[in-house]
Amino acid sequence: MKKVFKVLALVLALSMIVAFAACGGTGNEETTVGADETTTAGEGTPLDLSKVKIGFICLHDENSTYDKNFIEAAKEAKTALGLTDDQVVIVTNIDESSECYDTAADLVDDGCNIVFANSFGHEDFMIQAAKEFPDVQFCHATGTKAHTEGLKNYHNAFASIYEGRYLAGIAAGLKLNEMIAAGEITAEEAKMGYVGAYTYAEVISGYTSFYLGAKSVCPTVTMDVQFTGSWYDEQAEKEAAVTLMSKDCVLISQHADSMGAPTACETAGVPNVSYNGSTVAACPNTFIVSSRINWAPYYEYIIKTVAAGEEIAADWCGGIAEGSVVLTEVNEQAAAADTQKAIDDAKAKFLDGTLKVFATDTFTKDGAALTTYMADVDTDTDYTPDTEAIADGYFHESEHRSAPYFDLRIDGITLLNEKF
Amino acid sequence: MSNEVKHREPLFHIAKRSSIVWWKAWLVRLGAIVLAFFFSAVLTVLLTGENPLDVFSSLIKGAIGTNRRIWVLFQNTAMLLCVALAVTPAFKMKFWNIGAEGQALIGAMATAACMIKLTGVLPAPLLILAMFVASVVSGAVWAVIPALFKAKWNTNETLFTLMMNYIAIQIVSYFSGEWAVPKGSGKIGIINGDTMEGWLPVIGGKNYLLNILVVAAITVGMYIYLKYSKHGYEIAVVGESQNTARYIGINVKKVIIRTMIISGALCGVAGFLLVAGTDHTVTRDTIAGRGFTAIMVSWLAKFNPLYMVLTSLLIVFMERGAIQISTSCGLNNSFSEIITGIIIFFIIGCEFFLNYQIKFREKEGK
Repeated sequence: MKKVFKVLALVLALSMIVAFAACGGTGNEETTVGADETTTAGEGTPLDLSKVKIGFICLHDENSTYDKNFIEAAKEAKTALGLTDDQVVIVTNIDESSECYDTAADLVDDGCNIVFANSFGHEDFMIQAAKEFPDVQFCHATGTKAHTEGLKNYHNAFASIYEGRYLAGIAAGLKLNEMIAAGEITAEEAKMGYVGAYTYAEVISGYTSFYLGAKSVCPTVTMDVQFTGSWYDEQAEKEAAVTLMSKDCVLISQHADSMGAPTACETAGVPNVSYNGSTVAACPNTFIVSSRINWAPYYEYIIKTVAAGEEIAADWCGGIAEGSVVLTEVNEQAAAADTQKAIDDAKAKFLDGTLKVFATDTFTKDGAALTTYMADVDTDTDYTPDTEAIADGYFHESEHRSAPYFDLRIDGITLLNEKF
Repeated sequence: MSNEVKHREPLFHIAKRSSIVWWKAWLVRLGAIVLAFFFSAVLTVLLTGENPLDVFSSLIKGAIGTNRRIWVLFQNTAMLLCVALAVTPAFKMKFWNIGAEGQALIGAMATAACMIKLTGVLPAPLLILAMFVASVVSGAVWAVIPALFKAKWNTNETLFTLMMNYIAIQIVSYFSGEWAVPKGSGKIGIINGDTMEGWLPVIGGKNYLLNILVVAAITVGMYIYLKYSKHGYEIAVVGESQNTARYIGINVKKVIIRTMIISGALCGVAGFLLVAGTDHTVTRDTIAGRGFTAIMVSWLAKFNPLYMVLTSLLIVFMERGAIQISTSCGLNNSFSEIITGIIIFFIIGCEFFLNYQIKFREKEGK
């Protein structure tokens, strides 16, 4: 008898599911109609954007500064282009697993003709989806494989954030100069600390450009880097910042996504140059300036390109001119005098092409200037160096692919723990 | 003076039920779900001002709105169920194995390690076999260590299995750095993406069908094992009373160790299916909390593998729907988790009414 009950239980449960499915069907129709009725915006643009539907896949939600930056840019692009609610779908908390593929495919089912994913680990699953849906454009931030994968509908994007970090580095260097002038430290004691996530090219490129920016105004500066082995670990980032301070670093910056390092700086009263956006609200006395990538220009680019029926570039790297690399307002409370002016001057030089972050006459490796360097641009499991990156007196960052590949250990920077 | 002391009978009292007719039981459960939905609807209106019908229709659409979503629903159900089946024998034995997350993750890690290191060394069928064996063995080892300590020195298995989770996570972190592609990124990425070596075959053109069938077979197997085998009986007796078990000549230590090997090995299988069948990579989040959710699945189903099909389906249904709620209603993911929490709370709460009944004071004629 008991078995009969179990079968009945199953039948009952199944009938419940069918009932749910029926509800789902009607609910579906209702919401679609509602959305159609409210379609009023989106007029007045020369391109017909009404056929574009874009889906965003985010690793976390707004609680992470990294994802918040993407989500806000999506909303900004949506407003700028006058897209309707129906044309922009943002899906949050998608793991770097087959869940990413499932979500991408689901967005295609939902009518998206562009799918964008924001986390490095999403890349392989985006490629998997791109192979399956050749008519849909798949765009991926921070990835490295678009230029070698050879898919027409798979694209990578990044920004020349190293230029932003260089500008932020100038603000740091000026702060050090101010401390030296005030007699708080000697010129030789001008040591900065940097909290990094992994010994990954993106991080190395970031801290090196930050250091070179500082060095351009404060020639005696040195830097210690402490890695956390995670992109987001508030406690580890805080501890790393404290470690750096205990090693007499008088200014801290970071490349990791939590508030760990900035808040540790505020507590200790050590100046901080931030990332991903302003942290001035939490750190009013120590926050100097922050660089960040603004993704809105890229979003507008891909939406317009698809609307025009043109091809999206396999690699897209936005810079200062495109508005992709931006700096927050300088916090006068903590920054040295004339910081804004120095940043603006350097920015103008980037724009007219007279300033290069990785000019080979500004740094040395093992005491010598570099004339040649083979970078690992094409991703493979053996990390084979494949592309000459130095020409015309500077390292050509983000030109052979959008994601950074500068991974040189230059003089003046000490890596405290290379385990990650 | 009156010598009658009037005891006022309380308005209602609670009495244990001896039994409940099956259809009544299901009616109570259904009622609980309806109540839960009603309660969440009220909360939705109060907190967000959204139309609760929209929220619920999103929930259902998210779970079963399209063919693909139904497949994903079944795939996720299968994976959760697999881990739930794995923890069940241990829990039935009252061995609180909360290390399923780590046991499955180490199985996933072992699978990935074989895919990375043995590709090209072994021919494809042998490679898959090696991956399977490695995952089963590593999962079993991860589970048997706390079991040995429990059997020998009566250590606390809850803490021990929990701590083993963190070791597994850190091992995965370490190798994610070691085998990262590209260098330093801390991500292994899809393994053998070009050759698909070591990937489980896709049957019938459906990515997840094989996983689902394997877990269905395990479900039936576990049901038979627990209900009809001698081992299953021993597990039940040890769970009820270790003294009774000893009295009737069951070697309790042996049963604990043997059961944990099975538990860990099955967790290893879950890791194997996730890596070889679907993800083809391993990260710290490969198991995605299933090791803990599985405990709820198992408890809700009262350790019955067949009921577990329903409880895991329910939980995954809610999870999948929750994602859609945050997408279409623009509500933060936390809100959909609140709704999931409410519904599960009601379902667990209704068990009370299945075990006890409320008796109201009978009307007395005045």
